[in-house]
Amino acid sequence: MDFGDSPEEAAFRAEARAWLAENRPMELEAGLRRFAARDRSNVHLPELDGVDALQASKDWQRRKYDAGWACVAWPREHGGRGASQIERVIWEQEEGIYARLSHVFFTGIGMAGSTIMAHGTDAQKAAYLHPMASGEHLWCQMFSEPSGGSDVAGLLTRAERQADGDWRLNGSKIWTTHAQIADYGLLIARTDPSVPKHKGLTMFILDMKSPGITVQPILQMSGRSTFNQVHFDDVPLPDSARIGPESQGWRVALTTLMNERLLLGSTPSTGVPELIDLCTRVSVGGRPAIEDSGVRASIARWVAQSTGLKYAMMRSISDLSNGRPIGPEYSVGKLVANELIQQVAQFAFDLQGPAGAMVEESEELSQFMAVLLDSPSLRVGGGASEIQRNIIGEQVLGLPQEPRPDKDTPFNETGARQSRQSAGPDRGGNDGG
Amino acid sequence: MIFEFSESQLQLKDAARKALDRECPISRVRAVLEDGRPFDRELWQFLAGMGFVGAAIPEAHGGAGAGHLDLCAIAGELGRALAPVPALSSVYLAAELLMQAGSEDQKARLLPRIADGSLLVCVAFSEGVGQPDLHHCRTTQAAGRLSGEKFPVLDGGIADMAIVPAAGPDEDMPSLFIVDLQGEGVSREALTSIDPTRGLARLSFDGAPAEPLGVKGEAGRLLDRAFDRAAILLAFEQVGGAERALEMATDYAGQRVAFGRPIGSFQAIKHKLVDLFVDVTLARSNAYFGAWALSNDAAELGLAASAARVSASEAFIHCATENIHVHGAMGFTWDMDCHLFYRRAHLLSVALGGQAMWQDRLVARAADDRQIAGEG
Repeated sequence: MDFGDSPEEAAFRAEARAWLAENRPMELEAGLRRFAARDRSNVHLPELDGVDALQASKDWQRRKYDAGWACVAWPREHGGRGASQIERVIWEQEEGIYARLSHVFFTGIGMAGSTIMAHGTDAQKAAYLHPMASGEHLWCQMFSEPSGGSDVAGLLTRAERQADGDWRLNGSKIWTTHAQIADYGLLIARTDPSVPKHKGLTMFILDMKSPGITVQPILQMSGRSTFNQVHFDDVPLPDSARIGPESQGWRVALTTLMNERLLLGSTPSTGVPELIDLCTRVSVGGRPAIEDSGVRASIARWVAQSTGLKYAMMRSISDLSNGRPIGPEYSVGKLVANELIQQVAQFAFDLQGPAGAMVEESEELSQFMAVLLDSPSLRVGGGASEIQRNIIGEQVLGLPQEPRPDKDTPFNETGARQSRQSAGPDRGGNDGG
Repeated sequence: MIFEFSESQLQLKDAARKALDRECPISRVRAVLEDGRPFDRELWQFLAGMGFVGAAIPEAHGGAGAGHLDLCAIAGELGRALAPVPALSSVYLAAELLMQAGSEDQKARLLPRIADGSLLVCVAFSEGVGQPDLHHCRTTQAAGRLSGEKFPVLDGGIADMAIVPAAGPDEDMPSLFIVDLQGEGVSREALTSIDPTRGLARLSFDGAPAEPLGVKGEAGRLLDRAFDRAAILLAFEQVGGAERALEMATDYAGQRVAFGRPIGSFQAIKHKLVDLFVDVTLARSNAYFGAWALSNDAAELGLAASAARVSASEAFIHCATENIHVHGAMGFTWDMDCHLFYRRAHLLSVALGGQAMWQDRLVARAADDRQIAGEG
């Protein structure tokens, strides 16, 4: 066992470090750190006082692209560096807090980019990958719908083939991060309702400036608005925007969903070190909370979970470094981190006593409140915890699937609401009952 | 970065698994349980013959000199097999204490016999109910003779010698002593153990001749460190046991049919098993970091050991408990093997002090770590 870099890895790290020393936007560092303490997501645009965060993100992405540091593991011909997966992890370790300026591009680079690379035509690769890598085009991903988030394949949005061979899109997508600022979206729609649900789907690239698209921000319980609902009302879609064959959209979507490797570079931040700091400053029974045996018993479990998570992710990085397939360790990351984040935030809330309920407080205390109000969305987004448990149970432990009564039935005979007509803003938003 | 055993260590692990599958099937563990024997001496001799017992003992002292990563790999397999052998007392604790604190004469005299399996040494630190207090004790020492009582002592009934902390009449800080358990002034009584394949005893000393081990007054410091080192090795045993209990539960859930389908297809069971998998994964990852800290004598040893210990105890108990539950009513019968895992999981979770003690150690180390990080 050796936590050091191989000579090649060390050389790559030194090269990355030297470039970052010259080029990183140091003036944004403090603001990015303040934002990171409050926001545990890895796709949000940072909120920076007095700075246009979108422009700052685009500037950083462009600077990296020009020097070959955007999408380091992509082939050079598509705008990457042609580096290995472990080199990508090293890059992300070195980029550190500045990676927050890349998060707005992660949906595109991680999901749409890898999907186009695997299933796109040469023309699609040529048209979309370079501008995606450089930050010129911002992408969103549209899979979830009001009628179903976990059951993606049960989606209702229809793309219908027109006489000229192109398509017309009607329906609605939801929980779409960055839809309001995206140039393009990766979209999956039902093209054949007469076959079972997984078999009648097709993947498309949607130009977000197309006529008939309405984007409606969703106000979340935290008071923030990081998700949108998107409505399609007879949106024209050229056949050249199709990714992969007609009716093969589910197979294409699996590529997208499997691209979790995106997250591997950094260990999820759980708030445990911040909680320990808080326990040294807050009193319980006239003593620092950290000296209270009840407090210690509670936080010990989370300390062990957060170190276990950190080393599980390091084991996966080690697999990459040694050219092995990533082991099952990796699969527990999202599940453990998001449940831990919520438990830690709730404990920190309680530890402050009645003052925990005050929203206006010092920055170091208000971060717990911000995370507390955001944490429910983390447990749901990107595959709810229960879906994560199904995936681990079936794919890692090999347990049998539950019977799925609609699996082999033609979709239009399953009783799911059939959405032929447009679903404009006035009608969207209900969950289809 | 290589955060994995080396090829030769993986081969060793594989060889240990094959040997234990053959020599220590669960029926052999059950035979020890049902015969009322406190351990399997033939198996211990076999393991010593394979070089497993002395893996981390230097060649100069009769061991294989392979190091602690090899011993971690072996410990995982002993745990998986529920091997009814005194590895924790004689190897993880006693041999480690001798290597850390023993004189050249003591090492030359005792380590080769531990490595070849002919000498069993236990460490007698508990003095009744409660978490062990490594820095204080009631057992006294005067003029090289010990008096007092230690219980429960793991393997106290089968050991040839014991390492015992005791304090002189005017001393606050205890020192360590080696006591010949067959000698004068020693009486022992077998205690009933939750896991009869890992026996417990009460040792009573009445002027028993004792030989000093290590620097006077240093028992607390030596035991503290030895506990950290042993906790990492024991964590591998616990993770090995937890993995096998999870496999039993998963296999059964895939086969047992209720309401017209395998019970493992129901989310109530599937998600329960995934939660066990999560615990095992976190515990294994912590144990691996512990293995690195142990083999490099790293500054992070204390933090690594307590995290490994806390999560391994939780994982093994969780897996052993839910394995019974997934098996339904059959799970709590004598004839099913589930209770062997349940017994071992519970014994190991307190054998080095329980969760309360290790949670406390973990938070103390994590807080120190934060202060160091904050100052830097």
